Amino acid sequence: MPKVIYVSHSGDRKEIDVPVGTTVMAGALKNGVDGIVAECGGVCMCSTCHVFVDQAFLGKIPPADDTEEAVLEIAAIERQPNSRLSCQIKVTEDLDGLIVVMPEKQR
Amino acid sequence: MTLAGTVIVGTGQAGFQTAASLRTNGYQEPVTLIGEEPHIPYQRPPLSKGFPLGTQDRESIDFRPAQFYADHRIDLITSRRVTAIDRSARQVALDSGLRFSYDKLILAVGARNRLLPAPGANFENVLYLRTVDEGVAFKARLAYAQNVVVIGGGFVGLELAAVASSLGKRVTVVEALPRLMSRAVAPSVSEFFFDLHRSKGVKVVCGAAVSELSGVNRRVTGITLSDGAHHPADLVLAGIGILPNVELASEAGLPTSNGIAVDEFLQTPDENIFAIGDCAEFPCAFAAGQRLRLESVQNAADQAQTVAATIAGRREPYRALPWFWTDQFDVKLQMAGISHGRDQIVIRGSAESRKLSVFYFKQGRLAAIDSINRPLDHMIGRKLIAAGTPLTPEQAADESIDLKKLSSKSQVGH
Repeated sequence: MPKVIYVSHSGDRKEIDVPVGTTVMAGALKNGVDGIVAECGGVCMCSTCHVFVDQAFLGKIPPADDTEEAVLEIAAIERQPNSRLSCQIKVTEDLDGLIVVMPEKQR
Repeated sequence: MTLAGTVIVGTGQAGFQTAASLRTNGYQEPVTLIGEEPHIPYQRPPLSKGFPLGTQDRESIDFRPAQFYADHRIDLITSRRVTAIDRSARQVALDSGLRFSYDKLILAVGARNRLLPAPGANFENVLYLRTVDEGVAFKARLAYAQNVVVIGGGFVGLELAAVASSLGKRVTVVEALPRLMSRAVAPSVSEFFFDLHRSKGVKVVCGAAVSELSGVNRRVTGITLSDGAHHPADLVLAGIGILPNVELASEAGLPTSNGIAVDEFLQTPDENIFAIGDCAEFPCAFAAGQRLRLESVQNAADQAQTVAATIAGRREPYRALPWFWTDQFDVKLQMAGISHGRDQIVIRGSAESRKLSVFYFKQGRLAAIDSINRPLDHMIGRKLIAAGTPLTPEQAADESIDLKKLSSKSQVGH
């Protein structure tokens, strides 16, 4: 099962096995990773599952669609070029070792 | 000194979020979360969307796994109803006979389905949808249904009509008012969704009441409308609104009207008791202080966070911007602000392009935006409305004007 490495704003790392086909957001919620709130439940309405994706993996993730791009506009911490919503990142074998850094706050 | 802590009644979005946010805010006292349902807290929106469609499984709709509650010292009590509040003793009584003391009490008691008043409404295949148990029952019966009649052309009814239609069922929607979702959206949005459903083969009947449901052996076989038309049905879903659960509060002597009455701090006249979410009627900052009761994830979650902050020692009035969404077929409708009382409507985009936003103005000020397949309008709109950024109806209608630039200096109120 692919590993996703969740890094908190203060630098704490948590390595979690996340099943292929589920999202980076769901992997965080199921495994007690703080820092991802996911208020809307993963439907691209709220920006509270914002993460910064490690540069090495950016090209392995399909680009954000218009809806995700729009939601990133209201992120509590200003979006960066590597900003994504973790509810929109589906885990694949290719993403084994994915590192996502969580912002200082989600609201 | 005290050990009673906070008691939260209701395990829906508002109750769950209050408990979670109390801990996020560093609250150290006991937190007790009590709900009637035999489940750990779960999300309701998927019950009329991905869950019956089959794209979301049962486990995926839980807010957090069961372990979360123990990890965060949240005492979760399921399958128990709070039957009374003893305000002078600061205790709640449960149907088990147990009593819990509280320093602060949060009523996140939600609402219940409005029941169909028509004859024949108690056939066993006439269903409602609010709880996950009802969602499971609907999904199970939907698998074997051929003719589905949805009574009520509001959000829940239309979402379920879209799901049933997508699964190959013959679907009829019956709406008593002249247009769909009329309490919430402008006529142009209603028309768009009327056309959408019809284009997918859904029969949509507006302006017709249900006269009677008929059937054999306790099972509905059809419905008759006020215009005399008969529609065959082997599954009926009634989505005709909800009634706020005000009884617990009113029996405790707290004021209620269309909800449990609270002030801008979401506090009842008893300073130790708050009410939030679907059951609470509050003065809305985005409706000129008019008292509203809103039924939405946003309202429940944001009110929960306001109350949690207040109890944790950072008292603040509730000022979050209302927003909402609905998914029907491949279309997402996103709503921001309060459109009641609008005096001018401007449209950006067009129904032909399947991308349009309706801007609602009150006395020249932007009050609300409904967006169909224009997600940037919605998100930027939230910023504009929350910050009170000036926008003229002419600017709203002019697609050459970049709304993002207008909003760039304003801060979002989540």
